[in-house]
Amino acid sequence: MFSFILKRLAGAIPTLFIIITLAFFLIRTAPGGPFDKERTVPPEVQANLNAVYHLDKPLYEQYGHYLFNVIQGDFGPSFQYRDFSVTDLIGSGFPVSLTLGLTAIFFAITIGMSLGAIAALRQNSAIDYAVMATAMTGITIPNFVMAPLLTLVFGVYLGMLPVGGWGDGVSQAILPVVALALPQIAYIARLTRGSMIEVLRSNFVRTARAKGLPERVMLTRHAMKAAMLPVVSYLGPASAAIITGSVVVEQIFSIPGIGRYFVQGALNRDYTLVMGVVIFYGTLIIVFNLIVDIVYGMLDPKVRMG
Amino acid sequence: MSDIILEVKDLCASFSTPEGPVNAVNNLNFTIRAGEAMGVVGESGSGKSQTFLAIMGLLATNGTTTGSAKLLGQELIGLSMDEINKIRGHTMSMIFQDPMTSLNPYLKVSRQLTEVLVQHKGATEKEARVQALHMLDRVGIPEAAKRFDMYPHEFSGGMRQRVMIAMALLCEPALLIADEPTTALDVTVQAQILDLMRELKDEFNTAIVMITHDLGVVAGLCDTVNVMYAGRIVERAPVDFVFDEPRHPYSQGLLASTPRLDEKIHDNELVTISGQPPNLQRLPKGCSFAPRCIHARDRCLGERPALHQALPDRFNACHMEEGWS
Repeated sequence: MFSFILKRLAGAIPTLFIIITLAFFLIRTAPGGPFDKERTVPPEVQANLNAVYHLDKPLYEQYGHYLFNVIQGDFGPSFQYRDFSVTDLIGSGFPVSLTLGLTAIFFAITIGMSLGAIAALRQNSAIDYAVMATAMTGITIPNFVMAPLLTLVFGVYLGMLPVGGWGDGVSQAILPVVALALPQIAYIARLTRGSMIEVLRSNFVRTARAKGLPERVMLTRHAMKAAMLPVVSYLGPASAAIITGSVVVEQIFSIPGIGRYFVQGALNRDYTLVMGVVIFYGTLIIVFNLIVDIVYGMLDPKVRMG
Repeated sequence: MSDIILEVKDLCASFSTPEGPVNAVNNLNFTIRAGEAMGVVGESGSGKSQTFLAIMGLLATNGTTTGSAKLLGQELIGLSMDEINKIRGHTMSMIFQDPMTSLNPYLKVSRQLTEVLVQHKGATEKEARVQALHMLDRVGIPEAAKRFDMYPHEFSGGMRQRVMIAMALLCEPALLIADEPTTALDVTVQAQILDLMRELKDEFNTAIVMITHDLGVVAGLCDTVNVMYAGRIVERAPVDFVFDEPRHPYSQGLLASTPRLDEKIHDNELVTISGQPPNLQRLPKGCSFAPRCIHARDRCLGERPALHQALPDRFNACHMEEGWS
């Protein structure tokens, strides 16, 4: 088990290297630079700024310099928020983003799986059709449409919930969590329904019934575990979707998380901040996928670690 | 006689489909006595499995069962889920064709065995483990204690079927239904499983239903044979008679199409019954087998022959047998 984790982490290094390289050159292909402002600064000041941040050096040298620092765990200072290092900014934003993301994932799993299981058990009933129709809507409406829509309805028209901010009570979290979790709830519900229907028709469920196990025991002990496996596999991509979703949602609801810094950083050509967040997100997704694989191995005895 | 285990009367099973009802099982009547092994043979789709799934209450959700099936005098058809669950796995159990997929791949074998005893006998997990391990030993799992806490994928096909048999026999049921238990196994393993079932039948005095399309399996284990065609029994007789002098043209065809090593195959051709089984949605008015029968006459197309007693112990559903009267 331990060697499996080590191997996987070692295998992640080339992936991260590719992510860093691609992100480094991509952000620099965007027109403009971190110190281009509406108000032009004198050329000497511009030159000094560039010199301080090594922006006057050739690109390959900047790349080498950045890589060298990153290996030592130094993501450099933010170009925009000059009093803070990138590590500081990620450190301050991460607890917020993590709370938002984990809450969304929690609801996505619990609500999504329950709805999917209910739909599967009542296959082709009105409940089934209702769940599936709602799920289809949830999947097709992107969160950059859903979030403003929720804001408009529950914040502006009905005045029930705050439309932005963070940290002043649970009510502020409701709309962003809903906007973030909704597509995942929908997807997980569909996934659970499909796998549950298949499992309920499987031979071992027939055996469990032939043994005279009550329906409840058959479901919880025999069917649920098998039906869960595709959902567990999906949690890797789901975490990635939640992260990309949070970038949009944090921006719309003015939540001081990493996603917001990422958007601000990209708009301001804050190279180091964008790079830092990209590397951080990349690592997060790799770690999450590793956790998913470990959980999968615990659920399915046929998957051996090593 | 009072040792009747299962008494089936007018049993029908049909499935509702978008194209209309499919009548898989039509008006079956039979009884099974204690210690008897009854074979049920027929082609795929003849309704042999569905008959017993219906009795077990295991039909697919679009299936409905009518008629009567009494196990030790208790009516099974129409029982609620809770009531039938008290019987399944307890007084009647069933093992299935494919041992590779019939065990839950995510649970230890020990757990899958003990839960039966915990459910039906109210045993504690500890008591159940002792009994289950004993049964695993009994069905011939080598080093049962060592394998007890393994997962199904760590067992071979034959061993998995032994586990299924152990699971079915834990509560010493009065009736064991075996739905093609050897079809998915190697020939040598098939023989071992059949030997085991023969032993267990004598040891526990369990009535056995052997559903199969393999006439060899029937010959080796069963006392009586029911030949099914299109959801009906067309011939019933003690096993030797069916092999030596089958009366129904379908039984004759079935037997003739079994390749035998001691008979030379003429012109390198295997004997087949020409034609296809009838569509169960539109069963013919007359004898279901008539369109494929070489002896068929006008009467066969217009009037369905009933299963009638031809000789003591021997039943046949054919006009020819009745002497075309």
